[in-house]
Amino acid sequence: MRRNRQVRVRNEQAELGLISNRFRFLVILILALLLLLGWRYGHLQLGAHDIYAARADENRVRLRALVPNRGLILDRHGRVLAENQPAYRLVVVPERTPGLDETIERLAKLVDINADEMRRFQQQRQSSRRFQALTLKANLNENQVARLAIERHRLPGVEVEPYLTRHYPHAELLAHVIGYVGRIDTRDLQRLDRVQYRATSHVGKTGIERHYEHLLHGDPGFERVETNAQGRVLRVLERGNPTPGQTLTLTLDLDLQQAAIEALGQRAGAVVALDVQTGEVLALVSHPGFDPNLFVHGISQTNYNLLLANHQRPLFNRFLSGGYEPGSTIKPFIALAGLESGVITPTTRYFSRGSYQLPGHSRHYRDWRRGGHGWVDLDGALAESVNTYFYQVAVDLGIDRISRELALFGFGRTTGIDLPGENNGVLPTRSWKRATFGEAWFPGETVITGIGQGFTVVTPMQLAHATAALAGRGVTAQPSLIGAGEPLRMAIHSEAIWDAVFKGLESVVHGPTGTARAIASQVPVRIAGKTGTAQVFGVPDDMEANFVRDHDERPEHLRNHALFIGFAPFDNPAIAISVVVEHGGGGSRVAAPVAAAVLARAMELGY
Amino acid sequence: MNAQSDWNAGHWLLRWRLDPILTALILVLMAMGLVVLYSAAEQDIGMVWKQGVRLGMGLVIMLVLVQVPPRFLQVWAPWLYVAAVLLLVAVWMFGVGRGAQRWLDLGVVRFQPAEAMKLALPLMLAALLARRPLPPGWIDLLTGVVLIVLPVGLIMMQPDLGTSVLVAASGLCILFLAGLRWRLIIAMAVAVAAALPLLWLNLHAYQKHRIMTFLNPESDPLGQGWNIIQSKIAVGSGGLTGKGWTSGSQSHLEFLPEPHTDFIFSVLAEEFGFIGVIVILLLYAAIILRGLYLASRCRDSFGRLLAGALVFMFFLYLAVNVGMVSGLLPVVGVPLPLVSYGGTSAVTLLAGFGLVMGLYSRRRFMG
Repeated sequence: MRRNRQVRVRNEQAELGLISNRFRFLVILILALLLLLGWRYGHLQLGAHDIYAARADENRVRLRALVPNRGLILDRHGRVLAENQPAYRLVVVPERTPGLDETIERLAKLVDINADEMRRFQQQRQSSRRFQALTLKANLNENQVARLAIERHRLPGVEVEPYLTRHYPHAELLAHVIGYVGRIDTRDLQRLDRVQYRATSHVGKTGIERHYEHLLHGDPGFERVETNAQGRVLRVLERGNPTPGQTLTLTLDLDLQQAAIEALGQRAGAVVALDVQTGEVLALVSHPGFDPNLFVHGISQTNYNLLLANHQRPLFNRFLSGGYEPGSTIKPFIALAGLESGVITPTTRYFSRGSYQLPGHSRHYRDWRRGGHGWVDLDGALAESVNTYFYQVAVDLGIDRISRELALFGFGRTTGIDLPGENNGVLPTRSWKRATFGEAWFPGETVITGIGQGFTVVTPMQLAHATAALAGRGVTAQPSLIGAGEPLRMAIHSEAIWDAVFKGLESVVHGPTGTARAIASQVPVRIAGKTGTAQVFGVPDDMEANFVRDHDERPEHLRNHALFIGFAPFDNPAIAISVVVEHGGGGSRVAAPVAAAVLARAMELGY
Repeated sequence: MNAQSDWNAGHWLLRWRLDPILTALILVLMAMGLVVLYSAAEQDIGMVWKQGVRLGMGLVIMLVLVQVPPRFLQVWAPWLYVAAVLLLVAVWMFGVGRGAQRWLDLGVVRFQPAEAMKLALPLMLAALLARRPLPPGWIDLLTGVVLIVLPVGLIMMQPDLGTSVLVAASGLCILFLAGLRWRLIIAMAVAVAAALPLLWLNLHAYQKHRIMTFLNPESDPLGQGWNIIQSKIAVGSGGLTGKGWTSGSQSHLEFLPEPHTDFIFSVLAEEFGFIGVIVILLLYAAIILRGLYLASRCRDSFGRLLAGALVFMFFLYLAVNVGMVSGLLPVVGVPLPLVSYGGTSAVTLLAGFGLVMGLYSRRRFMG
């Protein structure tokens, strides 16, 4: 800094003037830039305010759907059959979870996530948006909830969420009636209203849960919530409460249901008990059942395989989907047709020699009793279930009149009960045969139709409904699980005709030779009934006799199904019942006692 | 101004060589800043106290620097400059910090040498150019450019883009005030404009991405664009009158990044609206204009160049920060002067004002 090197003369005045000029310019530049900034803020805050205000609201406010509580299901006395229990589930929001895969690994160590749950989670992940909460594990136990609570602050985006889960306190007892709810899957999504089900995870899959889904589900509510940038809910701004689903009071009586299952014991079968006048279903059993609670959280492959491997097929709904030969339980309806058409009168007698032959045919159609029953009238024919009598009646009637009568009682079509998956059964007619086999009706087929063999297929539900129509002398109501139906006249016959058939059915139980006379003492009131035996496979007629005799020696799965229909009390029928015991053998020995036990319990209960 | 002409006999502030108007404006700004900070810091009064103490320390440093005679500054400027450069080199070699190395750990104090450079470079340049008559000759200009490029390069390597821009701009400002010829200024501007496409071609992909995001933040709303989008939403949703103190949804629901430091102006804009923005901008404008007035009245070229550059740097802080949070400028991490939470920049800026007022108080008295 040596001053003597300065060569130019310093003009201080000019220098300061120069700097002042530059200052002036700097002031103008600064003011211009400040104006630009001011204009920018004016643009953002005044001009575009609406846009940004809306975006700020979008940022902080989210609309959240609230799941409605599912309606309860009660029995006719208000006992709970399906309820909602509090539970906890582990949910993960991918968007808020840095390092999703590592987080899931850590969670798997904490709460033991199995392969099924992991697979389901990955499926959900592919089909959902990143900000949606995905369930990693449902139904956490207390231990797991506690472990997650400790680790929670280290696991962003992971939440333990309380929810209500469906629970069936009576498990197997009502599995086929109540059905169950399960996770909504892609097939459900196609039929469900997306808005209604926005917050819902489960939907009725079978049974009442499925049929009355629209009543049980309720309407979702909503919540306008303020969230922070992480999406965590800070407060609720507005709330519209969900409308819970309706509570369904079923017509079922838990006690009667219990009695029916106890009566069936270890055997597979079905029991349907209807109120004759109202069509109300009092007991509805398909045995064995299964635990519907297993399906609510998704059944494990192991458990599902166990159910499938069980030779008694617990998943099969016998009363609704099971098709059985009606066997001799068809006889009262054949008798009605015979009386109505004048083919027989109550006093018409035929001689039972033990077998029946169509004129000009060689085939023998047998009685169940070797050597036959001798002379029998209608009363005796029903009481002793004389096949040859009904062969004759059937042949005299012809298939058309038989079909017409059976159609009146609802055979061959669904009863319209409020459950999904009902089987039509088969009502054989000429046109049905042509349509199904492309063949004409053969006379021999008429013969066996008279004793409920051949093409006829019924479900226990249909059989009970037809029995109720019979008990009501042609009048009953459509079967229903939630209330009395309108009286429905199904068949018209004279009182004398009804009386004649009723008398025969009374003799089945209370007559000295009745096939079900063994149960007469078990029921405090007089009852009417009819036993039946359905062949599991056709036996060539030359071997039939041997087979009947050796029936008890057959392997169980080849034994006949035992059937029984009936109603009580005889004088003023209140309850109609149908019983099928699979591979039970004879209707009189196996099915009738089941019906007797249920009817006895019903009488105790005051029906 | 007559009352101030004799500072020995005047107001007590004048005895301390402080300019009453500038001091008052700065105190009002700091008070307003603390009010906004209370809201931006989630109503944590502890943070407000802590910031208050830092500002108090800054004021003490300002008061000390006011007393330093200009001659002393002029003589010591080269040594200060050399010391600051050496410290930057030390940072480069031994520095600490997350991501970027900016701090020097001196055992008890952690120190950011780049801050010292904000004062040392203007001092050095002003001292250099004031030795000879203005406008500067070629040799002085070239020396000046080298003196600017050396520290700016070192700071960029940390990397700290915001600070290097501020330091470079303050240096260029001195060259400009010193009378750099318009022809040269225009030639430099043209050269820079011509170099831009070349520069673009040589950028890394992530750097291009960052620039594209700045030009169109909506293209990456959850990544690079997030800050700027959320800040614009905060500002825009404030409207004319704002959402009210401590009621900004963007600020308090964690949408706004760093609400108490770099983005505190967004909090102010959201909660106090356009009116609040205009009031605080007017306050800043008053401080800058008063500062420039004081600078333009300094005794000699050294004082005017140095004081002008220091005030201009204060303006740059403001313009870069306010431009950044409104999406006019890319996010470079420059705090709002004297308002953002943090002590480093506040101390530097107050020290700068101390120098400005000290230079002004030793002006030549006319008449």
